[in-house]
Amino acid sequence: MAGEARDIKLRIDNVKKVFDGRGGEMVALNGVSMDILDNEFICVVGPSGCGKSTLLNIIAGLSEPTSGAVYCNGKEVQGTGTERGVVFQQYALFPWLTVRKNVMFALEMRGVKGKEAQEEAMTYLKMVDLEKFADHYPKELSGGMKQRVAIARAYAAKPEVLLMDEPFGALDAQTRTQLQTELIATWEKEKKTCFFITHDVDEAILLAQRVVIMSARPGRIKEIVPIDIPHPRNQETKMTPRFMELKNHIWGQVYQEYLEVRK
Amino acid sequence: MKKKQSSLVDRVPNWMWLLLSFLAAMLLWYILSIIPKTSRAFPNQFVVLSSIATMIQRGVLHTDIGSSLISAGAGYAFGFIIALPVAILMAWYRPVKYIIEPWIQFIRNIPPLAYVPLIVIAAGVGRRPQIIVITIATFLIMCVTIYQGVVNVDETLIKAARVLGANDKDIFARVIAPATLPFILTAVRLGASVALTTLIAAESTGASAGLGMRIRSLNSNFETAPMLLYIIIIGIIGITVEKIIKTLERRLTGWQEKREI
Repeated sequence: MAGEARDIKLRIDNVKKVFDGRGGEMVALNGVSMDILDNEFICVVGPSGCGKSTLLNIIAGLSEPTSGAVYCNGKEVQGTGTERGVVFQQYALFPWLTVRKNVMFALEMRGVKGKEAQEEAMTYLKMVDLEKFADHYPKELSGGMKQRVAIARAYAAKPEVLLMDEPFGALDAQTRTQLQTELIATWEKEKKTCFFITHDVDEAILLAQRVVIMSARPGRIKEIVPIDIPHPRNQETKMTPRFMELKNHIWGQVYQEYLEVRK
Repeated sequence: MKKKQSSLVDRVPNWMWLLLSFLAAMLLWYILSIIPKTSRAFPNQFVVLSSIATMIQRGVLHTDIGSSLISAGAGYAFGFIIALPVAILMAWYRPVKYIIEPWIQFIRNIPPLAYVPLIVIAAGVGRRPQIIVITIATFLIMCVTIYQGVVNVDETLIKAARVLGANDKDIFARVIAPATLPFILTAVRLGASVALTTLIAAESTGASAGLGMRIRSLNSNFETAPMLLYIIIIGIIGITVEKIIKTLERRLTGWQEKREI
């Protein structure tokens, strides 16, 4: 891997987003630019309302920037595309479909049909260790299991970029830790470009190769911190001195922004 | 949730409660039939049951039931066929909603009996005005309910489908339709009930047969036993239809997190 030139997967070019609200214009993002490399894991942290989710929606093509643009593989993003998959905080599983059929939805959208889709769905469910629950409905699963199904479904669409909007935000601490560990392991096995939003600094450092700290309204990139902790990483990584050091630094920066918001 | 001890109320099975409820109703009915003041309005069970024979002899029982079922069924079907697209249009195009919704809210509060004469003047007597009245009444309730369903489709599910590569057609058929289904079935259930409750008004249009029409005509002769019989028949039809639709709901929308009313 060393010395290998990595291509730019995503280019965020001077993105600005303005919302027209009741109280006049609200600038959610202003002059956000960064390049994300192929197979890179990026985590974005920042106070609520800093425009993290807005940025993710723009990259996903679910929302348009007021000015500026996002490029994926050098092509300007216009609308959604299957090369960019999304995992939502609220799981967004189709409640009327079984777990297997939820995953099959993604497969069918890319043209895999019938028996083939059924079998392929099982391989994705094995990946998240839920093959036993293939025929259950989402309502029968816990939050953590639902999110694993959502991750399996996102993978089944074979995206080149995985956009995750606080995917573990609604889970309890234990489940959260477990899913973090699973996610690193999966990423270490099958590298993918990931853009992961969180407000948990520990989570960001554990997962990311670079952590992007965003400033309060209007959202800008305040600092990009490279995480030089070698892989494989696991929960014990959180005890290492380097982790603590990075955590102190990032937390300090984020905390300043929290204070900024409260003013 | 910790229960102190399983109480008697919990230990009695549901069917037993239903039976008790039925027996209590029968008892109440019987009491009403012996109190002098109410006995004229509520003849006892045997008198009412024997009026079945009277009505069959007169040759009206099955034509009345048949006629009412045709009117209610046809009006209800038209109501649904119109309500479904109108509700979807209202949910998708706001101008349509802004124009039509106030009409619906306005007409909904007017008892159908009030506008029946206008419909008779416009559409004449016979089957047609009956169907029109029931169509209007069922359309109103079903349109409002289905509209709520289409509007309440979770935006995130549409986004999730879109990022997985779904086009507009996929989103309609594979997300919006199934997500709205529970509301459509609720609409179907409420519509059926409205179709029956509107029957009397619908059949006051100079109908020649029908459960509602017959009740009014029996009223002029004070024939309370067959009246009560007809009222009970309407009730039985109502509860049967509701049970059928509820079974359908359980079958088709058992995936729901919580059940609604």
